[in-house]
Amino acid sequence: MKKLFRLVSVIVSSLALLLVLTACGSKPLADQNVVTRAKQSNTITWGVKADTKLFGLMDVKNSQIKGFEVDMAKALTKQILGPKGKADFVQVTSSTRMPLLKNGNIDAIMATMTITPERLKQVDFSRSYFDAGQSLLVKNGSPIKNVKDLNKNGATVLGVVGSNSVQNVAKFAPKAKVLQLSDYAQAMTALKSGQGEALTTDNGILAGMSVENPGYHLAGGAFTKEPYGIAINKNQPEFKHDLNHALTKVEQSGQYNRILKKWFGNVPGLNYKEMER
Amino acid sequence: MIAIFHNYGSLLLQGFGQTLLCSVIALVFSLIIGSMFAIFETTPIKALRVIARIYIEVFRNIPLLVITMFFFVVIPMFITKINGFTAGTIGLTIYTSAFIAETVRSGIQSVDPGQMEGARANGLSFWQAMRYIVLPQAFRYVIPPLGNQFINLVKNSSVLAFVAGFDLMYQGNVIASDSLNTMSTYICIGILYLIITLPLSYWMRYLEKKLA
Repeated sequence: MKKLFRLVSVIVSSLALLLVLTACGSKPLADQNVVTRAKQSNTITWGVKADTKLFGLMDVKNSQIKGFEVDMAKALTKQILGPKGKADFVQVTSSTRMPLLKNGNIDAIMATMTITPERLKQVDFSRSYFDAGQSLLVKNGSPIKNVKDLNKNGATVLGVVGSNSVQNVAKFAPKAKVLQLSDYAQAMTALKSGQGEALTTDNGILAGMSVENPGYHLAGGAFTKEPYGIAINKNQPEFKHDLNHALTKVEQSGQYNRILKKWFGNVPGLNYKEMER
Repeated sequence: MIAIFHNYGSLLLQGFGQTLLCSVIALVFSLIIGSMFAIFETTPIKALRVIARIYIEVFRNIPLLVITMFFFVVIPMFITKINGFTAGTIGLTIYTSAFIAETVRSGIQSVDPGQMEGARANGLSFWQAMRYIVLPQAFRYVIPPLGNQFINLVKNSSVLAFVAGFDLMYQGNVIASDSLNTMSTYICIGILYLIITLPLSYWMRYLEKKLA
Protein backbone atom coordinates (compact mmCIF):
# COMPACT_ATOMS: atom_id res chain seq x y z
CA MET A 1 0.00 0.00 0.00
CA LYS A 2 2.79 2.36 0.93
CA LYS A 3 4.58 1.52 -2.31
CA LEU A 4 1.45 2.21 -4.30
CA PHE A 5 1.04 5.55 -2.58
CA ARG A 6 4.63 6.47 -3.39
CA LEU A 7 4.14 5.51 -7.03
CA VAL A 8 1.01 7.63 -7.31
CA SER A 9 2.71 10.62 -5.73
CA VAL A 10 5.64 10.31 -8.16
CA ILE A 11 3.26 10.26 -11.11
CA VAL A 12 1.26 13.21 -9.82
CA SER A 13 4.30 15.33 -9.10
CA SER A 14 5.86 14.62 -12.49
CA LEU A 15 2.62 15.61 -14.19
CA ALA A 16 2.56 18.81 -12.17
CA LEU A 17 6.15 19.52 -13.19
CA LEU A 18 5.23 19.02 -16.84
CA LEU A 19 2.36 21.45 -16.45
CA VAL A 20 4.60 24.10 -14.89
CA LEU A 21 7.23 23.69 -17.59
CA THR A 22 4.72 24.14 -20.39
CA ALA A 23 3.12 27.14 -18.72
CA CYS A 24 6.44 28.98 -18.42
CA GLY A 25 8.43 30.39 -21.30
CA SER A 26 8.20 33.66 -23.16
CA LYS A 27 5.32 34.82 -25.28
CA PRO A 28 3.89 31.78 -27.06
CA LEU A 29 4.80 31.51 -30.73
CA ALA A 30 1.16 31.33 -31.71
CA ASP A 31 0.51 34.83 -30.34
CA GLN A 32 3.30 36.57 -32.23
CA ASN A 33 2.40 38.44 -35.36
CA VAL A 34 2.85 35.94 -38.17
CA VAL A 35 3.36 38.52 -40.90
CA THR A 36 6.19 40.27 -39.06
CA ARG A 37 7.87 36.97 -38.28
CA ALA A 38 7.41 35.67 -41.82
CA LYS A 39 8.95 38.81 -43.29
CA GLN A 40 11.94 38.56 -40.97
CA SER A 41 12.63 34.93 -41.84
CA ASN A 42 11.27 35.23 -45.37
CA THR A 43 9.40 31.99 -44.75
CA ILE A 44 5.84 30.89 -44.17
CA THR A 45 5.35 27.45 -42.66
CA TRP A 46 2.34 25.57 -43.96
CA GLY A 47 0.76 22.46 -42.57
CA VAL A 48 -0.23 20.25 -45.47
CA LYS A 49 -1.45 16.69 -45.93
CA ALA A 50 1.09 14.16 -47.12
CA ASP A 51 -1.26 11.24 -47.69
CA THR A 52 -3.96 12.70 -49.87
CA LYS A 53 -3.54 12.23 -53.57
CA LEU A 54 -3.98 15.42 -55.64
CA PHE A 55 -3.99 17.69 -52.56
CA GLY A 56 -0.79 16.82 -50.79
CA LEU A 57 1.02 13.55 -51.29
CA MET A 58 4.55 12.60 -50.33
CA ASP A 59 6.59 11.72 -53.38
CA VAL A 60 8.82 8.97 -52.06
CA LYS A 61 11.40 9.43 -54.83
CA ASN A 62 12.59 12.84 -53.65
CA SER A 63 10.63 13.06 -50.38
CA GLN A 64 8.79 16.19 -51.43
CA ILE A 65 5.11 16.78 -50.86
CA LYS A 66 3.25 17.50 -54.05
CA GLY A 67 -0.30 18.46 -54.80
CA PHE A 68 -2.85 21.18 -55.38
CA GLU A 69 -2.59 22.61 -51.89
CA VAL A 70 1.20 22.64 -52.00
CA ASP A 71 1.19 24.55 -55.29
CA MET A 72 -1.40 26.95 -53.94
CA ALA A 73 0.61 27.51 -50.77
CA LYS A 74 3.70 28.28 -52.84
CA ALA A 75 1.76 30.74 -55.00
CA LEU A 76 0.28 32.46 -51.94
CA THR A 77 3.68 32.68 -50.25
CA LYS A 78 5.12 34.39 -53.31
CA GLN A 79 2.22 36.85 -53.29
CA ILE A 80 2.72 37.72 -49.63
CA LEU A 81 6.52 37.73 -49.33
CA GLY A 82 7.54 38.54 -52.89
CA PRO A 83 9.13 36.28 -55.50
CA LYS A 84 11.93 35.22 -53.14
CA GLY A 85 9.62 34.13 -50.34
CA LYS A 86 10.05 30.58 -49.13
CA ALA A 87 7.27 28.14 -48.30
CA ASP A 88 8.08 25.48 -45.72
CA PHE A 89 5.92 22.41 -45.48
CA VAL A 90 5.09 20.35 -42.43
CA GLN A 91 3.07 17.15 -42.71
CA VAL A 92 -0.16 17.16 -40.76
CA THR A 93 -3.09 14.82 -40.36
CA SER A 94 -6.67 15.65 -39.48
CA SER A 95 -5.96 15.06 -35.81
CA THR A 96 -2.56 16.77 -35.54
CA ARG A 97 -3.23 19.92 -37.53
CA MET A 98 -5.09 21.87 -34.84
CA PRO A 99 -2.53 21.33 -32.05
CA LEU A 100 0.36 22.11 -34.40
CA LEU A 101 -1.24 25.40 -35.37
CA LYS A 102 -2.11 26.30 -31.80
CA ASN A 103 1.41 25.78 -30.51
CA GLY A 104 2.91 27.76 -33.36
CA ASN A 105 4.74 24.99 -35.21
CA ILE A 106 2.92 25.97 -38.36
CA ASP A 107 1.62 29.36 -39.45
CA ALA A 108 -1.33 28.14 -41.46
CA ILE A 109 -3.18 24.93 -42.23
CA MET A 110 -3.95 24.08 -45.81
CA ALA A 111 -5.03 20.48 -45.44
CA THR A 112 -8.45 19.75 -46.94
CA MET A 113 -10.06 21.53 -44.01
CA THR A 114 -13.70 22.47 -44.39
CA ILE A 115 -14.83 25.77 -42.91
CA THR A 116 -17.40 24.87 -40.24
CA PRO A 117 -19.01 26.89 -37.44
CA GLU A 118 -17.49 24.60 -34.78
CA ARG A 119 -13.99 25.10 -36.13
CA LEU A 120 -14.52 28.85 -36.41
CA LYS A 121 -14.78 28.90 -32.63
CA GLN A 122 -11.20 27.63 -32.42
CA VAL A 123 -9.43 29.17 -35.41
CA ASP A 124 -9.83 31.80 -38.09
CA PHE A 125 -10.30 30.89 -41.72
CA SER A 126 -9.35 32.65 -44.93
CA ARG A 127 -11.77 32.83 -47.80
CA SER A 128 -12.42 29.41 -49.31
CA TYR A 129 -9.79 28.31 -51.81
CA PHE A 130 -11.48 25.14 -53.03
CA ASP A 131 -15.18 24.40 -53.40
CA ALA A 132 -15.34 20.83 -52.32
CA GLY A 133 -18.58 18.99 -51.83
CA GLN A 134 -19.51 15.56 -50.69
CA SER A 135 -19.82 12.99 -53.43
CA LEU A 136 -19.80 9.26 -54.04
CA LEU A 137 -17.21 6.89 -55.43
CA VAL A 138 -18.61 3.76 -57.07
CA LYS A 139 -17.39 0.90 -59.20
CA ASN A 140 -17.73 1.34 -62.95
CA GLY A 141 -21.06 -0.10 -64.06
CA SER A 142 -22.64 0.38 -60.65
CA PRO A 143 -26.39 1.09 -60.71
CA ILE A 144 -25.86 3.93 -58.25
CA LYS A 145 -26.02 7.25 -60.06
CA ASN A 146 -26.51 9.61 -57.13
CA VAL A 147 -27.09 9.69 -53.41
CA LYS A 148 -30.85 9.06 -53.79
CA ASP A 149 -30.14 5.63 -55.24
CA LEU A 150 -28.60 4.69 -51.91
CA ASN A 151 -31.76 5.52 -49.98
CA LYS A 152 -33.06 1.97 -49.80
CA ASN A 153 -32.90 -0.86 -47.32
CA GLY A 154 -29.86 -3.03 -47.72
CA ALA A 155 -27.66 -0.36 -49.26
CA THR A 156 -24.35 0.13 -47.50
CA VAL A 157 -22.25 3.28 -47.65
CA LEU A 158 -18.64 3.39 -46.54
CA GLY A 159 -17.15 6.38 -44.79
CA VAL A 160 -14.42 7.35 -42.38
CA VAL A 161 -14.84 7.79 -38.63
CA GLY A 162 -14.92 11.41 -37.56
CA SER A 163 -15.87 12.99 -40.85
CA ASN A 164 -19.09 14.94 -41.16
CA SER A 165 -19.74 13.10 -44.39
CA VAL A 166 -21.18 10.10 -42.54
CA GLN A 167 -23.66 12.36 -40.77
CA ASN A 168 -24.67 13.83 -44.11
CA VAL A 169 -25.44 10.38 -45.46
CA ALA A 170 -27.93 9.91 -42.64
CA LYS A 171 -29.58 13.11 -43.85
CA PHE A 172 -29.61 12.38 -47.58
CA ALA A 173 -30.09 8.62 -47.54
CA PRO A 174 -31.58 7.75 -44.13
CA LYS A 175 -32.34 4.15 -45.09
CA ALA A 176 -28.78 3.28 -46.03
CA LYS A 177 -26.48 1.57 -43.55
CA VAL A 178 -23.22 3.38 -42.88
CA LEU A 179 -19.97 1.58 -42.14
CA GLN A 180 -17.32 3.83 -40.65
CA LEU A 181 -13.75 2.70 -41.21
CA SER A 182 -10.63 4.11 -39.67
CA ASP A 183 -9.09 5.78 -42.74
CA TYR A 184 -9.52 6.32 -46.46
CA ALA A 185 -7.18 3.53 -47.50
CA GLN A 186 -9.22 1.04 -45.45
CA ALA A 187 -12.48 2.42 -46.75
CA MET A 188 -11.19 2.02 -50.30
CA THR A 189 -10.14 -1.56 -49.59
CA ALA A 190 -13.59 -2.27 -48.17
CA LEU A 191 -15.19 -0.79 -51.29
CA LYS A 192 -13.03 -2.98 -53.50
CA SER A 193 -13.93 -6.10 -51.59
CA GLY A 194 -17.62 -5.31 -51.92
CA GLN A 195 -18.39 -4.46 -48.31
CA GLY A 196 -20.41 -1.48 -49.51
CA GLU A 197 -21.90 -0.02 -52.67
CA ALA A 198 -20.34 3.41 -52.44
CA LEU A 199 -17.66 5.34 -50.61
CA THR A 200 -18.51 8.85 -49.55
CA THR A 201 -16.43 11.88 -48.67
CA ASP A 202 -15.37 15.16 -50.30
CA ASN A 203 -15.16 14.99 -54.08
CA GLY A 204 -11.56 16.22 -54.13
CA ILE A 205 -10.37 13.29 -52.03
CA LEU A 206 -12.50 10.85 -54.01
CA ALA A 207 -10.96 12.27 -57.18
CA GLY A 208 -7.55 11.25 -55.92
CA MET A 209 -8.81 7.76 -55.18
CA SER A 210 -10.36 7.34 -58.61
CA VAL A 211 -7.07 8.37 -60.23
CA GLU A 212 -5.23 5.75 -58.20
CA ASN A 213 -7.87 3.06 -58.72
CA PRO A 214 -8.98 2.81 -62.32
CA GLY A 215 -12.35 1.13 -62.53
CA TYR A 216 -13.92 3.44 -59.95
CA HIS A 217 -15.53 6.78 -60.71
CA LEU A 218 -17.33 9.66 -59.02
CA ALA A 219 -21.09 9.49 -59.25
CA GLY A 220 -23.85 12.04 -58.96
CA GLY A 221 -21.81 15.20 -58.42
CA ALA A 222 -21.57 17.01 -55.11
CA PHE A 223 -24.61 16.95 -52.85
CA THR A 224 -23.25 19.19 -50.10
CA LYS A 225 -20.98 22.22 -49.98
CA GLU A 226 -17.71 21.79 -48.12
CA PRO A 227 -15.59 24.86 -48.80
CA TYR A 228 -11.95 24.37 -47.86
CA GLY A 229 -10.30 27.31 -46.12
CA ILE A 230 -6.86 28.14 -44.82
CA ALA A 231 -6.94 27.94 -41.04
CA ILE A 232 -4.85 30.39 -39.02
CA ASN A 233 -4.68 31.28 -35.36
CA LYS A 234 -7.12 33.79 -33.98
CA ASN A 235 -5.86 37.35 -33.38
CA GLN A 236 -3.97 37.45 -36.68
CA PRO A 237 -6.06 39.97 -38.64
CA GLU A 238 -3.07 41.14 -40.68
CA PHE A 239 -2.19 37.62 -41.81
CA LYS A 240 -5.81 36.88 -42.64
CA HIS A 241 -6.08 40.04 -44.71
CA ASP A 242 -2.83 39.23 -46.54
CA LEU A 243 -3.97 35.69 -47.27
CA ASN A 244 -7.31 36.78 -48.69
CA HIS A 245 -5.61 39.47 -50.73
CA ALA A 246 -3.04 36.99 -52.08
CA LEU A 247 -5.80 34.51 -52.89
CA THR A 248 -7.64 37.15 -54.92
CA LYS A 249 -4.44 37.96 -56.80
CA VAL A 250 -3.77 34.30 -57.57
CA GLU A 251 -7.34 33.86 -58.79
CA GLN A 252 -7.35 36.98 -60.95
CA SER A 253 -4.04 36.21 -62.63
CA GLY A 254 -5.36 32.87 -63.86
CA GLN A 255 -2.77 31.00 -61.83
CA TYR A 256 -5.52 29.39 -59.78
CA ASN A 257 -7.14 27.85 -62.85
CA ARG A 258 -3.79 26.62 -64.11
CA ILE A 259 -3.04 24.85 -60.83
CA LEU A 260 -6.59 23.48 -60.70
CA LYS A 261 -6.27 22.10 -64.22
CA LYS A 262 -2.87 20.61 -63.48
CA TRP A 263 -4.24 18.48 -60.64
CA PHE A 264 -7.92 17.99 -61.44
CA GLY A 265 -7.81 18.21 -65.25
CA ASN A 266 -8.42 14.55 -65.99
CA VAL A 267 -10.33 12.96 -63.15
CA PRO A 268 -13.14 10.69 -64.36
CA GLY A 269 -16.50 12.00 -63.19
CA LEU A 270 -15.22 15.35 -61.90
CA ASN A 271 -15.83 18.49 -63.93
CA TYR A 272 -13.03 20.84 -62.91
CA LYS A 273 -14.47 23.64 -65.06
CA GLU A 274 -17.22 24.04 -62.47
CA MET A 275 -14.60 24.89 -59.89
CA GLU A 276 -12.67 27.40 -61.92
CA ARG A 277 -12.51 30.96 -60.65
CA MET B 1 -19.59 10.90 -18.65
CA ILE B 2 -23.18 10.64 -17.53
CA ALA B 3 -24.01 12.82 -20.51
CA ILE B 4 -22.35 10.27 -22.79
CA PHE B 5 -24.39 7.43 -21.31
CA HIS B 6 -27.46 9.58 -21.57
CA ASN B 7 -27.05 10.82 -25.14
CA TYR B 8 -25.55 7.75 -26.74
CA GLY B 9 -27.08 5.06 -24.57
CA SER B 10 -28.56 3.08 -27.43
CA LEU B 11 -25.26 3.09 -29.37
CA LEU B 12 -23.34 1.98 -26.29
CA LEU B 13 -25.88 -0.73 -25.57
CA GLN B 14 -25.69 -1.98 -29.13
CA GLY B 15 -21.90 -2.01 -28.96
CA PHE B 16 -21.97 -3.78 -25.62
CA GLY B 17 -24.31 -6.43 -27.01
CA GLN B 18 -22.18 -6.99 -30.10
CA THR B 19 -18.99 -7.26 -28.06
CA LEU B 20 -20.65 -9.72 -25.68
CA LEU B 21 -22.09 -11.79 -28.53
CA CYS B 22 -18.80 -11.88 -30.40
CA SER B 23 -16.92 -12.81 -27.21
CA VAL B 24 -19.28 -15.65 -26.34
CA ILE B 25 -19.22 -17.12 -29.86
CA ALA B 26 -15.45 -16.81 -30.12
CA LEU B 27 -14.95 -18.21 -26.62
CA VAL B 28 -17.00 -21.34 -27.24
CA PHE B 29 -15.55 -22.10 -30.65
CA SER B 30 -11.96 -21.24 -29.80
CA LEU B 31 -12.19 -23.54 -26.78
CA ILE B 32 -13.48 -26.40 -28.95
CA ILE B 33 -11.05 -25.83 -31.81
CA GLY B 34 -8.16 -25.14 -29.45
CA SER B 35 -8.73 -28.31 -27.43
CA MET B 36 -9.02 -30.30 -30.65
CA PHE B 37 -5.65 -29.10 -31.87
CA ALA B 38 -4.14 -29.65 -28.42
CA ILE B 39 -5.20 -33.30 -28.60
CA PHE B 40 -3.87 -33.53 -32.16
CA GLU B 41 -0.52 -32.27 -30.90
CA THR B 42 -0.28 -35.01 -28.32
CA THR B 43 -1.52 -37.94 -30.43
CA PRO B 44 0.88 -40.65 -31.57
CA ILE B 45 -0.25 -40.02 -35.18
CA LYS B 46 2.42 -37.94 -36.87
CA ALA B 47 0.23 -36.39 -39.60
CA LEU B 48 -2.13 -34.90 -36.99
CA ARG B 49 0.78 -33.55 -34.99
CA VAL B 50 2.19 -31.81 -38.06
CA ILE B 51 -1.17 -30.31 -38.98
CA ALA B 52 -1.68 -29.03 -35.45
CA ARG B 53 1.84 -27.64 -35.28
CA ILE B 54 1.38 -25.71 -38.56
CA TYR B 55 -2.02 -24.36 -37.55
CA ILE B 56 -0.80 -23.18 -34.17
CA GLU B 57 2.45 -21.65 -35.36
CA VAL B 58 0.79 -19.82 -38.26
CA PHE B 59 -2.12 -18.29 -36.39
CA ARG B 60 -0.29 -17.66 -33.14
CA ASN B 61 2.38 -15.64 -34.90
CA ILE B 62 0.27 -13.45 -37.18
CA PRO B 63 -1.24 -10.30 -35.69
CA LEU B 64 -4.94 -10.60 -35.02
CA LEU B 65 -5.64 -7.54 -37.15
CA VAL B 66 -4.03 -9.18 -40.17
CA ILE B 67 -6.12 -12.34 -39.80
CA THR B 68 -9.28 -10.28 -39.39
CA MET B 69 -8.54 -8.02 -42.34
CA PHE B 70 -7.92 -11.15 -44.40
CA PHE B 71 -11.42 -12.40 -43.69
CA PHE B 72 -12.91 -8.96 -44.16
CA VAL B 73 -11.21 -8.14 -47.46
CA VAL B 74 -10.01 -11.28 -49.20
CA ILE B 75 -12.86 -13.70 -48.56
CA PRO B 76 -15.58 -11.40 -50.01
CA MET B 77 -13.43 -10.84 -53.10
CA PHE B 78 -13.24 -14.50 -54.02
CA ILE B 79 -15.66 -16.58 -52.04
CA THR B 80 -18.66 -15.06 -50.36
CA LYS B 81 -19.82 -11.82 -48.85
CA ILE B 82 -19.26 -11.64 -45.10
CA ASN B 83 -19.81 -8.62 -42.92
CA GLY B 84 -17.42 -7.06 -40.45
CA PHE B 85 -18.90 -8.78 -37.44
CA THR B 86 -18.55 -12.25 -38.95
CA ALA B 87 -15.06 -11.55 -40.24
CA GLY B 88 -13.99 -10.23 -36.85
CA THR B 89 -15.48 -13.12 -34.93
CA ILE B 90 -13.90 -15.71 -37.21
CA GLY B 91 -10.54 -13.98 -36.98
CA LEU B 92 -10.78 -13.75 -33.21
CA THR B 93 -11.79 -17.42 -32.89
CA ILE B 94 -8.91 -18.67 -35.02
CA TYR B 95 -6.37 -16.44 -33.34
CA THR B 96 -7.44 -17.35 -29.81
CA SER B 97 -7.81 -21.04 -30.60
CA ALA B 98 -4.10 -21.20 -31.43
CA PHE B 99 -3.25 -19.84 -27.98
CA ILE B 100 -5.77 -22.08 -26.27
CA ALA B 101 -4.32 -25.09 -28.10
CA GLU B 102 -0.90 -24.32 -26.66
CA THR B 103 -2.34 -23.80 -23.18
CA VAL B 104 -4.32 -27.02 -23.21
CA ARG B 105 -1.39 -28.93 -24.68
CA SER B 106 0.78 -27.84 -21.76
CA GLY B 107 -1.98 -29.09 -19.46
CA ILE B 108 -2.17 -32.45 -21.20
CA GLN B 109 1.58 -32.84 -21.04
CA SER B 110 1.68 -31.95 -17.37
CA VAL B 111 -0.56 -34.91 -16.60
CA ASP B 112 1.72 -37.74 -15.55
CA PRO B 113 2.33 -40.11 -18.52
CA GLY B 114 1.63 -42.98 -16.13
CA GLN B 115 -2.05 -41.98 -16.19
CA MET B 116 -2.28 -42.53 -19.91
CA GLU B 117 -0.27 -45.75 -19.73
CA GLY B 118 -2.40 -47.06 -16.89
CA ALA B 119 -5.60 -46.27 -18.75
CA ARG B 120 -4.36 -47.94 -21.91
CA ALA B 121 -3.22 -50.97 -19.92
CA ASN B 122 -6.76 -51.24 -18.57
CA GLY B 123 -8.10 -51.55 -22.06
CA LEU B 124 -9.22 -48.01 -22.86
CA SER B 125 -8.54 -46.73 -26.35
CA PHE B 126 -6.40 -43.62 -26.83
CA TRP B 127 -9.48 -41.40 -27.30
CA GLN B 128 -11.26 -42.93 -24.31
CA ALA B 129 -8.21 -42.43 -22.14
CA MET B 130 -7.96 -38.83 -23.36
CA ARG B 131 -11.64 -38.15 -22.78
CA TYR B 132 -12.06 -39.80 -19.36
CA ILE B 133 -8.64 -39.74 -17.75
CA VAL B 134 -6.27 -37.13 -19.15
CA LEU B 135 -8.43 -34.17 -20.26
CA PRO B 136 -10.34 -33.76 -16.97
CA GLN B 137 -7.04 -33.49 -15.14
CA ALA B 138 -5.46 -31.31 -17.81
CA PHE B 139 -8.27 -28.75 -17.75
CA ARG B 140 -7.97 -28.44 -14.01
CA TYR B 141 -4.31 -27.48 -14.37
CA VAL B 142 -4.90 -24.94 -17.09
CA ILE B 143 -7.83 -23.01 -15.67
CA PRO B 144 -5.71 -20.00 -14.61
CA PRO B 145 -3.96 -19.59 -18.00
CA LEU B 146 -7.24 -20.29 -19.81
CA GLY B 147 -8.83 -17.48 -17.82
CA ASN B 148 -6.09 -15.21 -19.13
CA GLN B 149 -6.89 -16.25 -22.67
CA PHE B 150 -10.59 -15.60 -22.19
CA ILE B 151 -10.00 -12.14 -20.79
CA ASN B 152 -7.62 -11.39 -23.64
CA LEU B 153 -10.27 -12.61 -26.04
CA VAL B 154 -12.83 -10.13 -24.73
CA LYS B 155 -10.37 -7.27 -25.00
CA ASN B 156 -9.15 -8.42 -28.41
CA SER B 157 -12.72 -8.29 -29.66
CA SER B 158 -12.07 -4.56 -30.07
CA VAL B 159 -10.51 -5.61 -33.37
CA LEU B 160 -14.07 -5.55 -34.69
CA ALA B 161 -13.86 -1.77 -34.67
CA PHE B 162 -11.43 -1.92 -37.59
CA VAL B 163 -13.75 -3.91 -39.77
CA ALA B 164 -16.91 -1.99 -38.83
CA GLY B 165 -18.30 -4.74 -36.61
CA PHE B 166 -20.41 -2.28 -34.54
CA ASP B 167 -18.80 -3.44 -31.30
CA LEU B 168 -18.06 -1.29 -28.24
CA MET B 169 -14.81 0.11 -29.59
CA TYR B 170 -16.40 0.99 -32.92
CA GLN B 171 -19.25 2.82 -31.19
CA GLY B 172 -16.66 4.46 -28.95
CA ASN B 173 -14.83 5.87 -31.96
CA VAL B 174 -18.08 7.06 -33.46
CA ILE B 175 -19.26 8.69 -30.23
CA ALA B 176 -15.86 10.28 -29.56
CA SER B 177 -15.77 11.89 -32.98
CA ASP B 178 -19.39 12.96 -32.74
CA SER B 179 -19.36 14.38 -29.22
CA LEU B 180 -15.73 15.63 -29.39
CA ASN B 181 -15.55 14.43 -25.80
CA THR B 182 -12.86 11.85 -26.34
CA MET B 183 -11.77 11.21 -22.79
CA SER B 184 -15.19 10.63 -21.22
CA THR B 185 -16.18 8.43 -24.12
CA TYR B 186 -13.24 6.11 -23.78
CA ILE B 187 -13.67 6.00 -20.01
CA CYS B 188 -17.27 4.87 -20.59
CA ILE B 189 -16.06 2.26 -23.05
CA GLY B 190 -13.44 1.07 -20.56
CA ILE B 191 -16.08 0.69 -17.85
CA LEU B 192 -18.29 -1.34 -20.17
CA TYR B 193 -15.39 -3.66 -21.00
CA LEU B 194 -14.77 -4.08 -17.27
CA ILE B 195 -18.42 -5.09 -16.84
CA ILE B 196 -17.68 -8.04 -19.11
CA THR B 197 -14.17 -8.95 -18.00
CA LEU B 198 -14.39 -8.55 -14.22
CA PRO B 199 -17.16 -11.13 -13.69
CA LEU B 200 -15.33 -13.41 -16.10
CA SER B 201 -12.14 -13.13 -14.14
CA TYR B 202 -13.94 -13.74 -10.81
CA TRP B 203 -15.75 -16.71 -12.28
CA MET B 204 -12.46 -18.21 -13.45
CA ARG B 205 -11.03 -17.71 -9.98
CA TYR B 206 -14.05 -19.40 -8.47
CA LEU B 207 -13.67 -22.36 -10.82
CA GLU B 208 -10.01 -22.57 -9.95
CA LYS B 209 -10.80 -22.75 -6.23
CA LYS B 210 -13.62 -25.21 -6.69
CA LEU B 211 -11.77 -27.63 -8.93
CA ALA B 212 -8.23 -27.41 -7.67
